[in-house]
Amino acid sequence: MTEQLSRRRFIKGGLAGTVAVSVLKDKETQAAHDFEGYPDAMGVVVDLTRCVGCRSCEAACNKEQGLPEPAEPFDDFSVFDYMFHGQKRRTDEAHYTVVNRYEVPQLDHPLFRKMQCNHCNEPACLTSCFVNAYTKTPQGAVIYNSKVCVGCRTCMIACPFYVPTFKYSSAFSPRIMKCIFCYDTRLKDGKPPACVEACPQEALTFGKRIDMLEVAHQRIRMEPGKYIDHVYGEHEAGGTSWMYISPVPFDEVGLDTSVTREPILNYVKGFLAIVPMVLTIWPALFAGFHLLATRKDRIKESQTDENQEG
Amino acid sequence: MKKFSANNPAIPIADHVKHDGSKWTIKEKLWLGLTPQEYKKQFFRNWVNWLMLCIFAVGIPIILQRYLFGLGAVTHASNDYPWGLFLGFGLFAMVPLSASGFLLGTTVEVFGRKDFIPIERLALLNGLLGYFFAVLYLEVDLGMPWRLPYPMFVSLGPAAVLFLVAWHVATYLSVQIAELVPAFGEWSGWLKGKRWIKSITLGLTIAGIILSTLHQGALGALFTYAPGKVHPLWFSAEFQWIHFFCSSIFAGLSMVIVSSALCKWTMKWRADDRFLGSVDNLTIGLGKGCSYAMITYLVIKIVAIAHDQEWAYLLTGWGQYYLLELGIGVVLPMFMFAVAVKNRWAGMVRLAALISVLGIIWNRLNTSMISFNWNLYPEIPHWKEVWITITIYALYFLTYRFILYRLPILYEWKGEK
Repeated sequence: MTEQLSRRRFIKGGLAGTVAVSVLKDKETQAAHDFEGYPDAMGVVVDLTRCVGCRSCEAACNKEQGLPEPAEPFDDFSVFDYMFHGQKRRTDEAHYTVVNRYEVPQLDHPLFRKMQCNHCNEPACLTSCFVNAYTKTPQGAVIYNSKVCVGCRTCMIACPFYVPTFKYSSAFSPRIMKCIFCYDTRLKDGKPPACVEACPQEALTFGKRIDMLEVAHQRIRMEPGKYIDHVYGEHEAGGTSWMYISPVPFDEVGLDTSVTREPILNYVKGFLAIVPMVLTIWPALFAGFHLLATRKDRIKESQTDENQEG
Repeated sequence: MKKFSANNPAIPIADHVKHDGSKWTIKEKLWLGLTPQEYKKQFFRNWVNWLMLCIFAVGIPIILQRYLFGLGAVTHASNDYPWGLFLGFGLFAMVPLSASGFLLGTTVEVFGRKDFIPIERLALLNGLLGYFFAVLYLEVDLGMPWRLPYPMFVSLGPAAVLFLVAWHVATYLSVQIAELVPAFGEWSGWLKGKRWIKSITLGLTIAGIILSTLHQGALGALFTYAPGKVHPLWFSAEFQWIHFFCSSIFAGLSMVIVSSALCKWTMKWRADDRFLGSVDNLTIGLGKGCSYAMITYLVIKIVAIAHDQEWAYLLTGWGQYYLLELGIGVVLPMFMFAVAVKNRWAGMVRLAALISVLGIIWNRLNTSMISFNWNLYPEIPHWKEVWITITIYALYFLTYRFILYRLPILYEWKGEK
């Protein structure tokens, strides 16, 4: 009897848990399903035809974010030759943004491309974080709260652009280091981020994301021979706040063209969907198996009981 | 140990009372009924212990270094490879190898296969310790290990796969501790706790099945966050969780086979006739389960390739490496299991189990490190990272043996239960 009671109680508990989980999950997936980004989210267009590789944006970012002074000063252009495991420079705990140089065969001069967090509409870092350390603000920035971060680095696994970095050098206060669109100091008040303000070439244009998308397409329309007809970031990873237009195919300037066109979360939903199913069906299924498998024993038991009584 | 039991018939301890009628104290039980001098003698006679001491002599200073100077001091601090051996081996391989607890629990308690009882507790212990040490590996890897309870109580992100892993591993750890309370209760004499747990065993077992299905699967689903980074052959948005779950079945069973073989060969003094007499037959029974699970796994692996239209990849270098993994890690042991079960060769089942354990570790490392970032460059772990991984595993081994020496896992408690 005690066994049956506990089983019933157990199933009840399982059901309650499932309801709770499916309610939570439904809200999440519904919210994520058709999300096209906040309407007033800001964005930036990076025009690769204009960038001259002066690294002013790197210097401005370093100062604005209070990052440590780098070994090479910002007017040292030998950094463009730096290679690590066959890769050009990337963001790290001392650099939220880096500019790289790309030699392209079609042009008689190299191209330069800035990289930083692209501030996705549906960020993979945010959806993979199990302590909710990331927030996508209505202004479009993907910001990070180091006070709750556990340091599991799943966000770094999930980010399709290899942006978040970890402060490996610290034992007692490590954290994720990444561009936050200058949210705290500028974007919050409607001001452009430091890098955009510092750009002497107007290679970076700041405004509402929907307007910036329009700007990008218009530039392509006005000078069709000058640009490839694609805005990188319009759909990549479900759409990003930072977008690029380029005179050469994007893979020649180090942008991953195989990156998915839907949000990373869509790849995970298949698994998330089975969770409530397992929670509801398994208890009944296995309790049933148990009853079936032990049926003969039970019959035998009741028979011996009867025999003893009789 | 044989020598000691020849001198004193009360050793090894399997009862609450000594032969003269007085009770063993807990302290005496911890010393295995030996005097400290005797204990020291048997400890240093064993070459395995010397090996362990060598590993710790180097490993403990490096672990201290990790906690004082950060992860960057003992790893390559890679931003491209945020997860290294601590998770690649410690979490992603240790957890499937510890699926044994829920599998044998299901076999005995749910399906009523009482003939597997002699090996059930070993499987439960193997499960509990595997999970516990997976968490320990995690504590080495986490940037802020002191914030381990944050996802539970401080800041919740319930839509993330890792959230499910965290909650399920934590709950399942407590379920496994509860499942082993009977063994501890018998040994320590805490019989009230034991009897209460016995009454809710079925509930615990079914909870174990649910939690295991979901978190074994969730470990696979974690990689669905990286569709462009994991090589397409090791990646499948739809099937990843089934691959991980299904392979955990033969991984867990194989691990118990290996572990029970080690017990049979090196711990005869601690095992009783019930265990020693049935272990060969049970090994064959488990081997049968393994071969079924493996053929299922193999089919789903092929289905995933067909579903994602990835046949062309099989002709590339990555494809050959993939086939090599499947061939050595799955197909070979699968046939060995089948042949050995048919001819009732326990020895060959054990060899097949060892291959399949190594195959699972290989598969998890392939998914988490080797085929990860296949478009970038390969990452070879820092030697200190390798050494810490070995050190934690040595600690796992010692804890495992410490408990087997004492609790009634391999033998039946003779005293009041």
